[in-house]
Amino acid sequence: MSRAIRQLVARKNLTPGLLTQFLREHEFPIIEEHTATFAFVGEAESVSLRHWIHGLPASQPFKRLMGSPLWYHVMDVPEGSRIEYKIEVTQRGQSRWVIDPLNPHQARDPYGANSVLLGPRYEHPTWAEADKEARTGSIETHRIDSKHLDGNREFRVYLPARFRRRRRYPLLVVHDGDDYLRFSNLQTVLDNLIHRLEIPSMIVALTNPVGRLTEYAAGRAHAAFVAKELVPWLEDTYPLLEDPAQRGLMGASFGAVQTLATALYQPGVFGNLLLQSGSFAFSDIGKHWRGPAFEPVVKFMNGYRATPKKPAPRAFVSCGMYESLIYENRSMVPLFERTGMNVRYVESRDGHNWENWRDRLREGLSWLFPGPSLLVYE
Amino acid sequence: MPSITLLGPQRLRPSVNVTLRSLDLDGPLASITAGWEERETEDAELRDHVGGRCFNLQLWERCERIFERDIELFKGFRKRKDAQIRLRELYRKQLHHAMDAAKEMLETPGDASLMEPERQAAFDRVRELDRHHADRMLETELEFERKYTPSERDIVVAHRDQIARILDNCAALLVAGGNVAVLLNRMRLFAALELAGVKPIIAWSAGAMVMSSEVVLFQEDTPHGAGYAEVLQRGLDVCPDVIPFPHARKRLHLHDPLSVQLLARRFQPRRCVPMDESDRIHWTGEAWKFAPGTRALDADGRVTKVRAVKSRRRRQ
Repeated sequence: MSRAIRQLVARKNLTPGLLTQFLREHEFPIIEEHTATFAFVGEAESVSLRHWIHGLPASQPFKRLMGSPLWYHVMDVPEGSRIEYKIEVTQRGQSRWVIDPLNPHQARDPYGANSVLLGPRYEHPTWAEADKEARTGSIETHRIDSKHLDGNREFRVYLPARFRRRRRYPLLVVHDGDDYLRFSNLQTVLDNLIHRLEIPSMIVALTNPVGRLTEYAAGRAHAAFVAKELVPWLEDTYPLLEDPAQRGLMGASFGAVQTLATALYQPGVFGNLLLQSGSFAFSDIGKHWRGPAFEPVVKFMNGYRATPKKPAPRAFVSCGMYESLIYENRSMVPLFERTGMNVRYVESRDGHNWENWRDRLREGLSWLFPGPSLLVYE
Repeated sequence: MPSITLLGPQRLRPSVNVTLRSLDLDGPLASITAGWEERETEDAELRDHVGGRCFNLQLWERCERIFERDIELFKGFRKRKDAQIRLRELYRKQLHHAMDAAKEMLETPGDASLMEPERQAAFDRVRELDRHHADRMLETELEFERKYTPSERDIVVAHRDQIARILDNCAALLVAGGNVAVLLNRMRLFAALELAGVKPIIAWSAGAMVMSSEVVLFQEDTPHGAGYAEVLQRGLDVCPDVIPFPHARKRLHLHDPLSVQLLARRFQPRRCVPMDESDRIHWTGEAWKFAPGTRALDADGRVTKVRAVKSRRRRQ
């Protein structure tokens, strides 16, 4: 039981007025050192916490406090944690997952939204919020015919503020580009990091899959599209630096698998990889347990692990400690290093979600593409 | 030595016109925006701010044109740049160790009579390294001057003449920020300060930095941990006794006494002056007068408001 709940229990008679006061006086979930107290108020048969922390039971029951409408659950929360969750409420035999009504913090993703617990000493990235001092870049939408993907493909291009045709720019190609824009604030992050001179002004191509689980499952066609169609089109259209050291490729989850696969299938095109929470599923023995969508990924990863090659000179790899993929990502780091790749690996106390990936962008992008901050004072 | 005013960053809250009024400067102005590189001539905001009476000396563009025509000079310039990049790498490798040691001495508790000489010795080693690096960088400059004699080349002389004619008709020289290395080498190539003579100078951001005896690069708020300030090379040295730190609020950990001490003690006896918007210091010929609110870093780790800093240098 947490201190806040103990104090409430000590009052013995939990009147509606006392409950209202308790709710008014606290922010929820209540953080006390390394514990979080979740609360829910309402009539229900049962209430549970639903989260995606690998290693903990996915459903954790709330307790009802002294027959009152207040339900609570106390959980350990290590420093720096950021945890996405929902509350499962069962009423009249019907169960539904809801956003925590007492918590204003939410994160959106392609499936909707989750409540967010910000643990002790979690630092919200101010560089991911709009900065009125930062000049804003622009986004253009283009289409090209792709032989490799058998059809017309739409993608976007981010041009930095004060874009000039006379200048030449580094290039970053992003998998799941629209999701990075929507859920990881990528445009704001780029504007801010460029404004802060932590990365150079760069051109960013934002691609999107049509069939994500096939195209991004180490798909050769998508890799060929990126390296043989998209990059040459970008080079013809924009003033880009031609050196592979000035080109980067990034993605998260299956997008990270596709990033790695593209670098291996099309060597020498990209000098920098940003791999976030890669779905690098493999099996050392027997069959994997992750389901049919992972079949081609496991085949690719097993093949790569058997005969590893250097996919690019540099890679920034990140993964959340609360993800089921943490084992695979940790396993890949020494393997990458053995190929001679310069790897920076960062873990966070977070899960497999877009805000975790947002929170690592500053460190990753500025390591792969160091900006001129030491030399420029405007 | 000319009248010099150093200002904080000007982009969001420009105050050059306030300074011009306070100095009673009327008439046309010359500006240097070479630190903006290819955006050098995008100076409409600055021109509007000073009432349109501004002539951009276009040092960046002039240099580009010279390099297009004088390939030998361009190659020499590149060679010098490559040597300077290498020297900077070597300096940084050593600086990290020297600064770690100085920091450790500051953090180590103990009786002052025991610790202070050790701290002093640690900072002496850092200063010696800074001096050595500045000397090595100067050697590359002198070697370049000896071998390529830029000041004797017709094309450079022609541009210098044009610049001198513009400056003759101007009441003051404005020097904006941008890339501090680019700004410094363009100003050196065209001997901009020599041509300006005793005309008043108003400079900000990188423009203020190049006026110092040494150009100090700094950025403590980085994604990969705080880095130590480093000496780029000798500056134009018309700004005695102070080292300006533009954008200090964002770039320095002014709330951290240890960070403040590291800078203040390392560059003693010069005063480190954080320069944010509205900060201003003015050289009277004998002392620096600080505008109200403008501060300096103290060796004890505090950041305090200062009214004036007397010069240790004789009036020239």
